[in-house]
Amino acid sequence: MEPIKIIEGRTAVLPYTNIDTDQIIPARFLRTTVRAGLGQQLFSDWRYDAAGQPKAEFPLNQPAAAGCQVLVAGRNFGCGSSREHAPWALLDYGFRAVISTEIADIFRSNSLKNGLLPIVVDEANAQWLLDHPGAPVQIDLERNLVTMPEGRTTSFQIERFARYCLLNGVDQLGHLLQQSPAIARYEAAHGLRPA
Amino acid sequence: MKTLFQKIWERHEVVPETVDTPAVLYIDLHLVHEVTSPQAFTMLREQNLKVRRPELTLATMDHSTPTRTEQVFGGAPITIDSAARQIAELERNCTATGVELLNLRSDLRGIVHIVGPELGLTQPGKTAVCGDSHTSTHGAFGALAFGIGTTEVAHVLATQCLLQRKPKTFAINVGNSLPAGVSAKDLILAIIGRIGVNGGTGHVLEYRGAAIRALDMDQRMTVCNMSIEAGARAGLIAPDEVTYTFLRGRARAPQGAAWERAVADWRTLPGDAGAGFDCEVTLDGAAIEPMITYGTHPGMVMPISGAIPTLRDDPVFDKALKYMGLHAGAPIREQPINVVFIGSCTNGRLSDLRSAAMLLRGRKVAPGVQLLVVPGSQQVKKAAEAEGLDRIFIDAGGEWRESGCSMCIGMNGDNVGAGQYSVSTSNRNFEGRQGQGSRTLLASPATAAASAVRGKVTDPRELLNG
Repeated sequence: MEPIKIIEGRTAVLPYTNIDTDQIIPARFLRTTVRAGLGQQLFSDWRYDAAGQPKAEFPLNQPAAAGCQVLVAGRNFGCGSSREHAPWALLDYGFRAVISTEIADIFRSNSLKNGLLPIVVDEANAQWLLDHPGAPVQIDLERNLVTMPEGRTTSFQIERFARYCLLNGVDQLGHLLQQSPAIARYEAAHGLRPA
Repeated sequence: MKTLFQKIWERHEVVPETVDTPAVLYIDLHLVHEVTSPQAFTMLREQNLKVRRPELTLATMDHSTPTRTEQVFGGAPITIDSAARQIAELERNCTATGVELLNLRSDLRGIVHIVGPELGLTQPGKTAVCGDSHTSTHGAFGALAFGIGTTEVAHVLATQCLLQRKPKTFAINVGNSLPAGVSAKDLILAIIGRIGVNGGTGHVLEYRGAAIRALDMDQRMTVCNMSIEAGARAGLIAPDEVTYTFLRGRARAPQGAAWERAVADWRTLPGDAGAGFDCEVTLDGAAIEPMITYGTHPGMVMPISGAIPTLRDDPVFDKALKYMGLHAGAPIREQPINVVFIGSCTNGRLSDLRSAAMLLRGRKVAPGVQLLVVPGSQQVKKAAEAEGLDRIFIDAGGEWRESGCSMCIGMNGDNVGAGQYSVSTSNRNFEGRQGQGSRTLLASPATAAASAVRGKVTDPRELLNG
């Protein structure tokens, strides 16, 4: 994975609370055996009408949203199903970070493993972002800082180990594999034959 | 003094967490299915890694599998090519890695969260994971069980471990006992209504109290199953005699002297008196009514006898009601419906089918309503047929299928049409969950069956008393 230090881009805004992973990527698109290409189906049922044509009123279909890298959404983003296809679809579409006041546990965990930054900010800054679609923002992972226009800044927290892995481009599985002596000791102590 | 969660967690710490690194947590049971595993097996192949503990891993197929008998057992091809490819891929991956697979025609196959307990693999004190958010179901046995993403599936396949930060604990106390005609499904819907769809985020729930102790294992699984719908990755119920009676003699539970040793150990698991929780709520079980959802997440839930709430200046609430075609302030009873689905990892067990059959026996499904009954596993199907439940559903005008997730997630072609209303015993009423444009009303098997008979949302107590 490529190291991530700073993300700079404009926001697209979905002003809804509790956006579940079934909306992010509907289940019928999970009959795939690969990770690639899911951006096409991102928010499919909100993006396209029954004939498959883009719905003009949907925020991501508006010209200003083209090329946006930061998705701003209401509280409890990514709730529901554990499908990792949700961050895969967001990344494939071109998003590199999601900002909300609350991000669901499994979605957050999945995002961190794929280099999609789950950024939780306070109500006031979230509301400002929701009110200003298209705002240019900078997310500085080294300084844990989101910088918005008008001199507005806010800090955020990302779990320390996940942050270290993102900053250094380290795969978490590599760290787990390095634990194999400890894992083998645990297994022996619990009566499991050597792996 | 420790809670049940703390005891299980400490038993599985291979390396405790530090400020800089999460704990390395050992996983005793890894369940795998066809939808969230293919990319994980690919990750292993790309890094030339093998499955560390095939014997602690069990695969089944349930999400994209057909439920029509001729597509499962031959005579007709699986109609969805991508589903057939996913099924074939899981077969190849299991063969290549030595992971046991309950394949499409296995008489032990079923929904992953029904199969584990049924075989006796789900046991008190274990850690269990699966690439599926409803893994919380297994917490009914006093196992720490939670859903994971596909990258984590690869982590567990390769190392039998996960990197985890210790979650907080949340006690849900339910006193008294549930009234007649009120089920575990109504209870968990009431709990989600109380704490909200994000109320459990970052926490492991532990359900406690007299009303919980009085539930059988099927009902306890229904409660724990929907912990994720409150935002919690896991839900727990302390093991007791009900748990041990359920597990005794099951094929993959400990046997003989090992059984006695296991039970003696399991008896040490319940939380110590006075052990504290980070968060706590209390509900009165006796005050719970049959519940039904009216919106587009499981927290938008109401007593079936009530009126749809009115929230002013809430565009998200208005959007949900518009999608559902329902109106604030209106009753939900008598709402005409099109489809009734009885099944899923929430309510696809034998006692759920019995509860629905009791109301459908000698009655007919209302004209124009489709009733689909999908047992949670092939073993549930066989047991239901042995006591004639299939005949009751078929005679009422319903369809009786092979096991699988089916219309809960609509990946296999079992869908609810756009704009149609479905009373469903499943777990999610998200927009489009049961098919594009589908409108889902989550309820218990009894409410679903009563609604099928009347063709409109019906309080099951009307038929139970009638």
